[in-house]
Amino acid sequence: MDHMQALDDLIAAHAGREGPLLPILNDVQAAFGCIDEPAIRHIAAALNLSRAEVHGVVSFYHDYRAVPTPRPIIRLCRAEACQARGADALAAAMAPVAAGRASIESVYCLGLCSVGPNAMVGGALHARLDAQSLAALVEAL
Amino acid sequence: MRIRISDDALAIACGADRVAEAFARAVPAAAIVRVSSWGMHWLEPLVEVDGVGYGPVAPADVPAILAGAAGHLCIGDVAAHPFIARQTRLTFARAGKTRPLSLEDYVASGGWAGLEQARNIGPAATVAAVTASGLRGRGGAGFPAGIKWATVAAAVGDRKYIVCNADEGDSGTFADRMLMEGDPFCLIEGMAIAGLATGAAKGFIYVRSEYPHAIAKLEAAVALAADIIAPFEIEVRTGAGAYVCGEETSLLNSLEGKRGEVRAKPPLPAHKGLFGCPTVINNVLTLAAVPWILAHGAEAYADFGMGRSRGTMPIQLAGNIRHGGLFETAFGVTLGELVDNIGGGTASGRPVRAVQVGGPLGAYHPRADFGTAFDYEAFTGADGLIGHGGIVVFDESVDMARQARFAMEFCAAESCGKCTPCRLGSQRGLETLDRIIAGERAAENIALVTELCETMKFGSLCALGGFTPYPVLSAIRHFPEDFGH
Repeated sequence: MDHMQALDDLIAAHAGREGPLLPILNDVQAAFGCIDEPAIRHIAAALNLSRAEVHGVVSFYHDYRAVPTPRPIIRLCRAEACQARGADALAAAMAPVAAGRASIESVYCLGLCSVGPNAMVGGALHARLDAQSLAALVEAL
Repeated sequence: MRIRISDDALAIACGADRVAEAFARAVPAAAIVRVSSWGMHWLEPLVEVDGVGYGPVAPADVPAILAGAAGHLCIGDVAAHPFIARQTRLTFARAGKTRPLSLEDYVASGGWAGLEQARNIGPAATVAAVTASGLRGRGGAGFPAGIKWATVAAAVGDRKYIVCNADEGDSGTFADRMLMEGDPFCLIEGMAIAGLATGAAKGFIYVRSEYPHAIAKLEAAVALAADIIAPFEIEVRTGAGAYVCGEETSLLNSLEGKRGEVRAKPPLPAHKGLFGCPTVINNVLTLAAVPWILAHGAEAYADFGMGRSRGTMPIQLAGNIRHGGLFETAFGVTLGELVDNIGGGTASGRPVRAVQVGGPLGAYHPRADFGTAFDYEAFTGADGLIGHGGIVVFDESVDMARQARFAMEFCAAESCGKCTPCRLGSQRGLETLDRIIAGERAAENIALVTELCETMKFGSLCALGGFTPYPVLSAIRHFPEDFGH
């Protein structure tokens, strides 16, 4: 199956690395949008780990998902520096605007703490957001 | 015409790429150079046109700048700007001046001189220089770097590692990110010196996944510098969104491919660290301070600072602040000077009410603490910590009971689950603060949360559970009027 072939290729790309599990999981998450049960079993077998060990790692980290997210994701920073610049009110105002079109998720710090509120959409960063500019990001998705 | 614009992630988030495109369209013959950021974030995107600075620039401002009609944006010579001129930039000496991935610029600005010196004087003298400089871990713990290095140098093992902790998860901090994006060779040089000093052949940089620009720059820089630092090797690793992986033993577990759970100490990482081998694990800023120390001498570095805090600290001014950005200065400057004079007060123009120093695990300070000097011991004396040097300013609209609640909520979400005081304490603390906010038996519940904080402080395995009481207790102590009404 193509999916499993792609998985094998991702695993093979990290052969010989010290501690290869996280680099593999990062690649699988990026390629498939999730790390599902068949992938966990496959990775475990390839690395000679138990399924429980891999599941334990996958479930520990916030970046990994069991199923892909159906809608595009806007990751809005909700940490203290953005709170101080109005991120909480912005998040509350955006919830109805984004409903059904995008998932607005929380992230805790994008490292742009002097120009918040900030968000990441795909790999792109956006600073100095207000209700209008964030709504425009949702529209553009 | 020579136009310089930063390619730092913050500048890009503020629109630097669009500004660069606008200049390229308007003046096709101009040389557009993408450099590191000066760290004056309120002015980003900052543009230098033949040495004259303008900021913050939007694409629509480009015609006015080219016509010499943008006086309102003009700041003149950037290096002479008071925000820059007042600083002592040792670690960030290249900020704003060089192209991050240019080996030519790096060499021209004194790059590799520290590594060359380390190679000349040998491992023992290199460790001695770091010890004599008084450099302490910039990640937050403030442990003397030289002692850590000497321990690893003396440890027996066929493999040793240098691990750079670049999991900069604290809100209000961005110095690691700026250094990795703006001067990646400096970090690489620092790691190579650490490898030479301790006998380690391999280094890892563990970067958080929220920093894709830093990861890309580091990977490119590591490839470019491979021959220069050989036989030392560096590999860049990406985290997966766990705040607790900034704790050093949790980070080591994560690098090994495990859950990012904290390890009990001892054994110390210096004895049994990555894969059970002797390991130096230092923050980005600690390692990046080393090339300067080797190139200019330990004494020159130790001449800066106060008390047991020697050298300089890249301080990060963040949150609701008018002039936010990176301010590197010798230890000893007061909190009030940083917030009011250098930072210019709040961005909202309303009075400053609280300042959180040292990230999510740092204390909230009222104006009454503004006389406190920026120094490890002085902040401990004020029941706080300097942590990684982040300062987050809040104006009078802040509700401190909500901030205390958030500290517990954050700890509950990010706890690795290994120890009970952190895993359960944060959840119970969150629930108790909710009762206080709802006005249920406030005095009784405040006493309960205070006692719980004592348990977390002394019973937790690492700083996550151990330091979450700092924001909670400081909020209760300094802002009692926000609790229980």
